[in-house]
Amino acid sequence: MAIEIQSELAEPTGRGPRDWAGFRSYWLRPGIHTGVILAAVGYILGHLLGNFLSSGYQQNVHSDANDVPIVLGYALGVLGWLIGLGVFNDLFWLVLGRQRPPDTHLSSVEPGLGKYFRYTLDHKVVGIQYLFGMIGYFLTGGLFAMAIRSELLSPSYHLIGANQYLMVVGEHGTMMMMMMSSVILGPFGQYFGPLLIGSKRVAFPRLEALGFWLTPAAYVILLSGMLFGGFPTGWTGYEPLATQAKQGMDAYYFAFGLMGISMILAGFNMIVTVINYRAPGMRWSRMPMFVWSMFTVSFLQVLSVPVLVGACFMGLMDRTFQTAFFTNQLGGSSFLYEDLFWFFGHPEVYILALPGFGIIAEVVSVFCRKPLFGYKIAAAGMLGVGILSFFVWQHHLFDSGINPDMRPLFMLTTELISIPTGFIFLVGMGTFWKAKIRFSIPMLFALAFYFNFLIGGISGVFLSDVPADTTEHGSFFVMAHFHYTIMGGLIFAFMAGVYYWLPKMTGIKLNEKLGRIHFWTMFIFFNTTFLPLFALGLMGMPRRVFEYARNLETLNDWVSISAFCLGGSILIFLFNFVMSTLFWREREVGNPWRSRSLEWQLSSPPPPENFSRVPVILASPYDYGIPNALPVADLNPPPGVIAGAYAGAAPQAPQAPQAPQAPRTPGTPSSAGAGTEA
Amino acid sequence: MTAAQATQAAQPPAEPRHGLRIFAIWFVLALAADLLIWLVWYPHLPPGDMSDSAKHQQFDIAVLAVAAAPVVIAVLLYFIYSIVVWRAKPDDDGDGEPIYGNTKVQVAWIAGTSAIVLFLAVFGTVELIGPAGAGAGEGPSPVWKLAGKETAAWSPGGNDMLQVQAIGQQWDWTYRYPQFGGMESAELVLPLNMPITFHVTSLDVIHSFWAYQLGVKADANPQVDNVAYTTAKQLGGFTVRCNELCGIWHGAMYNYGRVVSPTDFQSWAAGMQSKEQSDGVLSALPSYALTYDPTVIPQLGKNLVNINQITGAAGLYYPPNDPVTP
Amino acid sequence: MSVPARAAALLVAVAAVVGLGIFVALYYIGAESALTTVHYTASNGQVNVMLQEDPQNDSSSKPNWVSYYVQDPSTKNWVHTTLFSIPANTKVNVTIYGYDGCTPLRNNYFSQVLGTIGNTVTVSQFDQHGKKYVSGKTLSVINSWSDCNVAHTFAIPAMGIYVPVASPNANLSVKDLCSSSPCTPSGNPYAVETFSFMAPSHGGVFRWQCLVPCGGGYLDGNSGPMQTEGYMTGEMDVVNS
Repeated sequence: MAIEIQSELAEPTGRGPRDWAGFRSYWLRPGIHTGVILAAVGYILGHLLGNFLSSGYQQNVHSDANDVPIVLGYALGVLGWLIGLGVFNDLFWLVLGRQRPPDTHLSSVEPGLGKYFRYTLDHKVVGIQYLFGMIGYFLTGGLFAMAIRSELLSPSYHLIGANQYLMVVGEHGTMMMMMMSSVILGPFGQYFGPLLIGSKRVAFPRLEALGFWLTPAAYVILLSGMLFGGFPTGWTGYEPLATQAKQGMDAYYFAFGLMGISMILAGFNMIVTVINYRAPGMRWSRMPMFVWSMFTVSFLQVLSVPVLVGACFMGLMDRTFQTAFFTNQLGGSSFLYEDLFWFFGHPEVYILALPGFGIIAEVVSVFCRKPLFGYKIAAAGMLGVGILSFFVWQHHLFDSGINPDMRPLFMLTTELISIPTGFIFLVGMGTFWKAKIRFSIPMLFALAFYFNFLIGGISGVFLSDVPADTTEHGSFFVMAHFHYTIMGGLIFAFMAGVYYWLPKMTGIKLNEKLGRIHFWTMFIFFNTTFLPLFALGLMGMPRRVFEYARNLETLNDWVSISAFCLGGSILIFLFNFVMSTLFWREREVGNPWRSRSLEWQLSSPPPPENFSRVPVILASPYDYGIPNALPVADLNPPPGVIAGAYAGAAPQAPQAPQAPQAPRTPGTPSSAGAGTEA
Repeated sequence: MTAAQATQAAQPPAEPRHGLRIFAIWFVLALAADLLIWLVWYPHLPPGDMSDSAKHQQFDIAVLAVAAAPVVIAVLLYFIYSIVVWRAKPDDDGDGEPIYGNTKVQVAWIAGTSAIVLFLAVFGTVELIGPAGAGAGEGPSPVWKLAGKETAAWSPGGNDMLQVQAIGQQWDWTYRYPQFGGMESAELVLPLNMPITFHVTSLDVIHSFWAYQLGVKADANPQVDNVAYTTAKQLGGFTVRCNELCGIWHGAMYNYGRVVSPTDFQSWAAGMQSKEQSDGVLSALPSYALTYDPTVIPQLGKNLVNINQITGAAGLYYPPNDPVTP
Repeated sequence: MSVPARAAALLVAVAAVVGLGIFVALYYIGAESALTTVHYTASNGQVNVMLQEDPQNDSSSKPNWVSYYVQDPSTKNWVHTTLFSIPANTKVNVTIYGYDGCTPLRNNYFSQVLGTIGNTVTVSQFDQHGKKYVSGKTLSVINSWSDCNVAHTFAIPAMGIYVPVASPNANLSVKDLCSSSPCTPSGNPYAVETFSFMAPSHGGVFRWQCLVPCGGGYLDGNSGPMQTEGYMTGEMDVVNS
């Protein structure tokens, strides 16, 4: 049954619209509206508490600014937001010793949009929530980018003030780096993780949903920094400028720390799910590459993000309660902040890049209709990048005055990390060899990904060389490098994922013609925007400046106009997305890409429990081109198979080919594993 | 038609040698690109050759480009070739060949990329050590030092190392010359062809001293002395920009310096020193040190308490009984 | 939802988002435009710019930071801004009234006068009863470390102009300082300083700032008013005539 997700405004069936019970059951259940109200209440309480605690501090009296109420306001505001959403309801029921009545309104069966604004335990609903959230966060960050490029049109005429420019730069960078770390893990990881491994659910649905609902809170808190004049440090938040800064800085630290907590929870959930909830027969060597990338990224998140949360907390302590962790003149060290931040910061950029590799591996295999070349090499590449990413962070600090003896070592490790990154290219190139390539829109984005990431990756090698880095560090060369890898890699992969998977998630496909226009404009304008930045950086333009050498004005103007056109192409995408999901609604049920992968063997969208019976995995999803290949899974395995598999016996692969051919019980439809649920 | 001829006619045409074709095209393109880079582009590569660190960086970037260009061309060429040759015909719905992997290709790739990477790592290390840290800031205890005579007073001719302290403060650069009595100047003037040591420090937040044409970049951290070396090889002007976000006017924190002949430099510096001595500025400055703690001003002594009470608008981030704030 | 309902909802959502975006752009990002620019015109090739710097007091709107004010040449009112414009190619005579008490410089190099005509400033100091106890002294250094006579500085680094601004005499207590901004000479101790420089021949925007860490309550004293235009830092716009 194809689920209508955009149907009538939810009214429990059989009741009239003015029914008090119906109204009550819709509006008085926890949801986003109760969350907002309690968040406001929480903020006010926190602010008053903060004023009470600290208004007498001499530092506050002199500066006429008090950071403690703001921080406490954020803290109690987030708590109120979560309580209002009903995150702790299960806990409260448990504490009271009573059984919580099951809330059927939250399953993905429930018609209407209401469930998307509530705290739900269905990973598919969370995935859709993430999708819309992430698109919103991306567009907000993009708007700030348009403001930056408008200011950089002229080196001497200033459209916006100096402080406002720094505010915009910081908001853009932080919005992107904070939020886009979950841009694939959120929508597609949460939605498809369980589906791809043959599981009915994630291991910790409450943690997963909590991870999502922290993101709007972090978003709002980050934007609230603008009310206080913004923060002057850019997305890196370097001390001691951060201790010196005005009140907007608290928004940065708090939002980043909150988003960090969301990332830790999401990562933790994903690790346990992948390890424990794989269906029988889903060996590590049969796992889709996307799941490998999710798995690696989750380890990166769980291991590196706590360091960021610690750094943010220490920064907040320096600002509010006058500790001196990062104040050199009192025995602290600004180098400590740099090390803590970049120890997180480097794995963070791989958290951003690796999910893109995973999606691209899926897309390429389907549209070349070939097995993924070098599966083990691809998995080794993911793991290699993940492990090595913890050993390279000093390359952000080559000029910083930290002791130089380790520089050759970090230069070596940074160069070494390009080897596993190169495996992704090997796998892609091998898959293209003697393939039958179809140029669907996801495939176009995958090709663009390879092009962009090649440029981005090679420029990374330029930056890893310490002497060359002396000129390139902190200049627009770095800017071009990371925009190529993160936007050219991750965002293009995200777009590929949207076009590839939206039919599965919603049963609706995006308009093909608009999609192609979107692809070509985005690819062309992306390159015309960011390629000249390499030249700008090498010609001496530092980052985050609003005055630059006059001879660089023409190049900057070219880049700015291209950036506006790039923004236009993203608007085309937004138009396509909104119109396709709201109005045109071209149905796409079934398997339009004829993919072998497990999620495509179900209906679009999948049924609420994903699989009515836990499937038995029979073959790799990449077995294209083999005439008698087994289907990827048996969706209706005989009862004994499951019990046998859970008892630790080897998966019944040799016996399974008989199952589709001989009906076990009369009347049971024999599913060849490739049929859709009726 | 005989049976043999029929079977011959029925056989599909021989599969072209794709690998060989790609290799041949790649070889030509890569050679052309490398020659273009090395012969045409290299002399114009940033950051130019105004100093020896800049020259070494220019060389580095050229070598990196020469190593990177074949890789980029190989990958791009392969992808273009494959989407042209192996695109699915419009009515072809079949699958491609089930190739799961090819050990030889994989091993060759790993070996090739590892060789390039290791070469670049060794090359980078050599280029870092040789030119005395390649203009990068090395912190208070530099490992790769520039050869030069450490003298208390500097004179042109000979191998005297000139010491310049670049002080970053929000939002301007000033420079002190300890070998000229510690005189301070808002203008950076350097002598030609003599070894120079930069000591970069900050009085408040983190800045970064980037002399672009000289190929020197060193972060200015409060209470930290960051040492960088270079030798200027050409006369002329250069730009000094702040390279680490330091607050509202970070984008406007730049000034210009110049490289002059050693005798001109000697007369400029000695002139500045005597001028500052005579109008009392030199005695008003704190004595030269590698780092400064501006919260401690010995000259003010016991007057400071009175001053705090008068204005109270002086930092006071930490309570007054903590370190004294100016 | 039916199609018209969806279309209406979409239009409302788009209008809300676009409206919010424009609001944020104008009020938060474009907040600079809230500061007025005081325009000075030349007469006989000379421009007289009048500035004053006020101590931290509770009279201005929150926050009660130290602040510069610029006098509007036509109305003679003190405007709470730090943006002003002068014509190019003129001789600029600047008068600064200093009402704030003294604070040592972070870098005493800026105790010296640089970039003005003659590299000097002329200073007079008055106490709160109007008695002039320093009269028209021409100085090239006002040492902020050896005696307490410098409150702030006025620096235009791109033009090489660095001027320490004198404070009223050190032997005062803080409660004698001006407590109601914009300050006036009657009843308040103050210093008057004059200097001149030549405006460049081409137009452009030059930032100016104070180099004394006078942001009370902020680490290093360099935030707060020091980093907010309209208080202790601003822009001088040189206009091509």
